[in-house]
Amino acid sequence: MSTTADPQLAPPAGAPPEVVRVEVPERSFASELRAIKIVWRRELIRYRSDRIRIATTLVQPLLFLFVLGSGLQSLSAASTHGVDLKTFIYPGILCISVMFTAMFSAASLVWDREFGFLREMMVAPVRRSSIVIGKCLGGATVASFQGVIVLCLAGTVHVPYAPLLILGVFVLQALLAFAITAFGIMVAARIRQVQSFMGVMQMVVMPMFFISGALFPVSRLPTWLGVLNRIDPLTYAVDPMRRLVFSHLHVSAAARRVLDPGVTWWGWHVPALLEAGIIVALGLVMLGVAILEFSATD
Amino acid sequence: MSEAAPTTAPRDGRGAPDHPPAIAVRGLEKSFGDIQAVRGVDFEVATGEVFGFLGPNGAGKTTTINMCCTLTKPSGGTAEVAGYDVVRERDNVRRNIGLVFQETTLDGYLTAEQNLRLHAELYGVQSALIPARMRQVMEMVGLWQRKDSPVRTFSGGMKRRLEIARGLMHSPRVLFLDEPTIGLDPQTRRSIWTYIRTLKASEEITIFMTTHYMDEAEWCDRIAIMDQGVIVALDTPEALKAEVGADRVRIETEDDEAAIASLRERFGIEAVISEGAVTFRIQSGEEFVPRLFAELGIPIRSVSVSRPTLDDVFMSYTGSSIRDVEESSGPSDRDKMMMRAMSGGGGRR
Repeated sequence: MSTTADPQLAPPAGAPPEVVRVEVPERSFASELRAIKIVWRRELIRYRSDRIRIATTLVQPLLFLFVLGSGLQSLSAASTHGVDLKTFIYPGILCISVMFTAMFSAASLVWDREFGFLREMMVAPVRRSSIVIGKCLGGATVASFQGVIVLCLAGTVHVPYAPLLILGVFVLQALLAFAITAFGIMVAARIRQVQSFMGVMQMVVMPMFFISGALFPVSRLPTWLGVLNRIDPLTYAVDPMRRLVFSHLHVSAAARRVLDPGVTWWGWHVPALLEAGIIVALGLVMLGVAILEFSATD
Repeated sequence: MSEAAPTTAPRDGRGAPDHPPAIAVRGLEKSFGDIQAVRGVDFEVATGEVFGFLGPNGAGKTTTINMCCTLTKPSGGTAEVAGYDVVRERDNVRRNIGLVFQETTLDGYLTAEQNLRLHAELYGVQSALIPARMRQVMEMVGLWQRKDSPVRTFSGGMKRRLEIARGLMHSPRVLFLDEPTIGLDPQTRRSIWTYIRTLKASEEITIFMTTHYMDEAEWCDRIAIMDQGVIVALDTPEALKAEVGADRVRIETEDDEAAIASLRERFGIEAVISEGAVTFRIQSGEEFVPRLFAELGIPIRSVSVSRPTLDDVFMSYTGSSIRDVEESSGPSDRDKMMMRAMSGGGGRR
């Protein structure tokens, strides 16, 4: 043990003072795509490093599904024709979980503004639209993780793990995640404080959730509620998802009639594809508005 | 395919012997409603210069800097940065400038390295060069050891240093620093100036900064003094001080009243009592001292001669010291409010 090496010895002082010079290319389509990817990836990095958020995303759907579902089961057993209430509300719970997560994702934009980071992105030599699109896709991706977690729980509420069912539900919830994030970003463009943003979102999201039929069948509603229900965009996310789930269940015709009546417009059954189309279209419109809002500012 | 040769856009000037000015501003104006924040300023900054904008809060410094770096649209006049027009060629300006704002714009949840990488990628820096460049800029500001720490764990001074490093990640031709040392302790302020000098020596870069610290302005190659939206003086610190010319002489005497009277009679100098000593201004104060002793006729206990400071310069142009201006304009910082209102996007309509 005769090490004489002095750990305090100065580091090689004369590190070559050669300057590493880099170039910033001119703006191009490829650079916009890259910007979208970078902003998207940042959302994922942030989500991954936020343990509390991961934990809440895990716990929340369990709470909804099992506490609410099991609690109300005893009340509703007679009218569900032997179908577990948890199975019935499963698509609705999946939607609300995704919505909440998407909302939080969009809130990060307000957060970014409050803490200055938004400006760092705004002064970069890329289009505002790329930043908004990246933000929206990032938020939607994070919200979709939430959907996947709930998808994993399908078996616990008697929803079979049929590949087509899983795939269909996954796509539907991803579309919903996208639309809600776009909505959130549209709202975030005009709001400067996280608290007010959350307030606005709660005010919109909770009624959307309750009216959508996430917790009840949409046939035989009182007229006023029926009208509101058909206006509520979330209806068109919950309904196709429920149809998909019920198409893979072995339940009596009576139960199907009551629990999965499908959305009608003046007696016309709205096809599931059209319903999904409505969600996509709304999402795109709101994304467009968000882009306009951000591009209009200095 | 995507690696398609880094576009050989003419980065006019870089390395060429006859540079266009790094910044050329003509008749630049900006009004916010009724308030005329900048009322027609003209200046040019040569490549490689460290150019300082000096003035009290609310003088229009930040608004001017924001117009130069494409954050605020001018109401009138033109500005060219790195040879590009800030309105018509916004993206080309942005490719060529680095920005360090008064308020932090780092992502506290990301590590220092992630922040810098994100920046470099957003600007399209070739990924092969990113690690080397990152190491260089981080070593310069002494944060290389902390590259893996989340930025939220950094002190204010460290954040500012990291922002400077980030502003340099894409090898900008012009670096804009808006009050880079505001709110920092003297030691950090000094080290930030060391980086700025290092930069000037090692990279071909023009530095444009605002400050309201007089002592810092001394470090600039040239300074523009701004007051109430206009540039009232523009030159090297030495030349500006020489223009004020007169040194400040302070003497303590046995009889101050008599000394003042004697100065008036024999030398035609108006002196005042300031901080308990007779004080007056005169050209070449040191050469005047022997005459003073010989001819004043009143015993002198001590004498001190000081060269003019930038504060004197500021006072001679604006009629008040920068501290007085700050106090009267109060802490509500118009510049900052405008900066908030104009950038960041969204909101208020």
